[in-house]
Amino acid sequence: VPFFAYLAVFLLLPVVVVAVEAFRATDPTTFQTSWSTASIVAVTKGPYRRAYLGSLELSVITAVLGAVLGLALAVAISRTRRNLLLRRLVLTAAGVLANFGGLPLAFAFLATIGNAGILTAFLTDTLGIGLGGFSLFSLTGLSVVYLYFLIPLMVLTITPALEALRPQWREAADNLGATGWQYWRYVGGPVLAPPVIGATMLLFASAFAAYATAYALVGSSIPLVTLQISDALSSNVVVGSESLGKALALGMMVLIGVVMAFYAWIQRRTQRWLS
Amino acid sequence: VRRSTLRAAIAVVTAGLTLTACGGSSGGSSSGGSGANAATATSAKALGGMDALVKAAKAEGALNVIALPPDWANYGTMLDTFSKKYGIKINSALPDGSSSDELAAVTSQKGQDRAPDVLDVGTSFALQAAAQKLTAPYKVATWGDIPDNQKDPKANWYNDYGGFISIGCNTSKVQVCPTSFKEMLDPQYAKQVALNGNPTKAAAAFSGVWAASLANKGSLDDIGKGIDYFVSVKKAGNFNPVEVTPATVQSGETPISIDWDYVNAGLVSTLQKAGVTWKVNVPTDGVFGSFYNQAISKFAPHPAAARLWEEFLYSDEGQNIWLKGLSRPVRLEAMKKAGTADAEALKALPEVSGSVEFPTQDQQTKAQKVVADRWNAEMSG
Repeated sequence: VPFFAYLAVFLLLPVVVVAVEAFRATDPTTFQTSWSTASIVAVTKGPYRRAYLGSLELSVITAVLGAVLGLALAVAISRTRRNLLLRRLVLTAAGVLANFGGLPLAFAFLATIGNAGILTAFLTDTLGIGLGGFSLFSLTGLSVVYLYFLIPLMVLTITPALEALRPQWREAADNLGATGWQYWRYVGGPVLAPPVIGATMLLFASAFAAYATAYALVGSSIPLVTLQISDALSSNVVVGSESLGKALALGMMVLIGVVMAFYAWIQRRTQRWLS
Repeated sequence: VRRSTLRAAIAVVTAGLTLTACGGSSGGSSSGGSGANAATATSAKALGGMDALVKAAKAEGALNVIALPPDWANYGTMLDTFSKKYGIKINSALPDGSSSDELAAVTSQKGQDRAPDVLDVGTSFALQAAAQKLTAPYKVATWGDIPDNQKDPKANWYNDYGGFISIGCNTSKVQVCPTSFKEMLDPQYAKQVALNGNPTKAAAAFSGVWAASLANKGSLDDIGKGIDYFVSVKKAGNFNPVEVTPATVQSGETPISIDWDYVNAGLVSTLQKAGVTWKVNVPTDGVFGSFYNQAISKFAPHPAAARLWEEFLYSDEGQNIWLKGLSRPVRLEAMKKAGTADAEALKALPEVSGSVEFPTQDQQTKAQKVVADRWNAEMSG
């Protein structure tokens, strides 16, 4: 019961408030508020629609890349049974880097490969090759920055699952004459699939909800929902745009809800298939 | 309301007692005992004069301010000077907050001790606050010096300080500082032109777009030309999307920043210490100015301190603090006539050529809609 009370106060209540406020509108000349679906309709169109698509694109790309690279790294370090120091170093570093985000991360990248960054200056002035068309302020650039904290996050979340793969299974498979591919296809893969998919979803949600890094790096030049929510909620310019921000937030919650439902469905399927 | 009345009454009585205990003149206790109510007083006179107001404010002992960055328009000095002069503690909440954050705080923290006492908001938000009855009308002693078109006739809000859109420029990164919007389309400024914030959110950026519009055959009725201008800056490869902070300026990441002249000018001395020369020009082709407003919250937990703060802001001393921060105080014309304006600071103000017009509320509302509809759609991706 205390858990549910906690959940109700800190999770359910804000959701309901946001959902209700999304249907309020403030008239820009009289400042009277009234019930209206204008905000909800507005966020499905034009720049807001593009912001959702932009956020989805960025999150899907970074989640998939982060999951693949993170999984590879995690497998590599979990295989190194001998060098425990290296393994611990990587895990600690991952723990630190997974939480390295926001403004400091943005500034670290700016100082390195921004327009006036050290690496940029070195490549351009000393080697004369420049960044080869790479821009930190593009979708690619932002993806690279996101991967910087998403890959460690993947390593952290997937390592326990990799450790649950018992060496005996591998030995048993080898004794029965299975190849490495067959082992991963029929034993390792199915066991790992649910946690890998789950971790990918986590990465997706993380990238989808990230805000401060993108805010400092790209401002309005890449359409992202979180940036638009902040613009609408704490505007110094447009009066009465709060409901728009809340409508955008409601849309985000719906999208995340869909993703979670999909995850639950996948997991149920895999589990049924496993048993 | 009743509770705050009671508290104010106690405050006034306590002030009277303290004074008597200190062996002061008996004049204070008569005004203190009159039962005047700071929470509804519309002028210092209604409270029994400046001395009574000071006493009541000192008794409250604290002032809650919100969304006042110390590096913005000399607010740091303003707050320190006020606090020292009257021995009133300042609780500063959310220094980087926005106007809508301020109004949200007034509504959501109503009745709490930490609710904001005073507000500093853009004009649209001042109008909203007045319409939603969040402000307490108050006329400072120098009310008559504020031009009529720069204050609410009912005294719910009043212009205080303002400035013009300017182009800040790092001379170690930029060879020739641009002095107009037209020049910023030049290829030599590749990836250098930054706007301070997103115009759908930041007033400075919004005004920057408007100034750009004026520079490109737009008008106060047509902000769209300004958006067209920034789209062409972006197409020319000159637009820099980085959020401007003193750190990005110092590192050279944002060599050119379009912002209020007082914000850009405020960076000069900080950057000088770091070895960066920051030059400020008001563009010759697009002059756009705007003022920020002061207002008192109707639900101020420290009503007397709130009123004293306004008196201080609009006193010669307060107005000169704005001037030293290189913003233009609203009483500037009157002070020039009276010879009370700080001459040195006056000389340091960036020069402005041409006449200046301020948008009306209608034009403002229309422009907001245009920017909200077009900016993110055309500038992103």
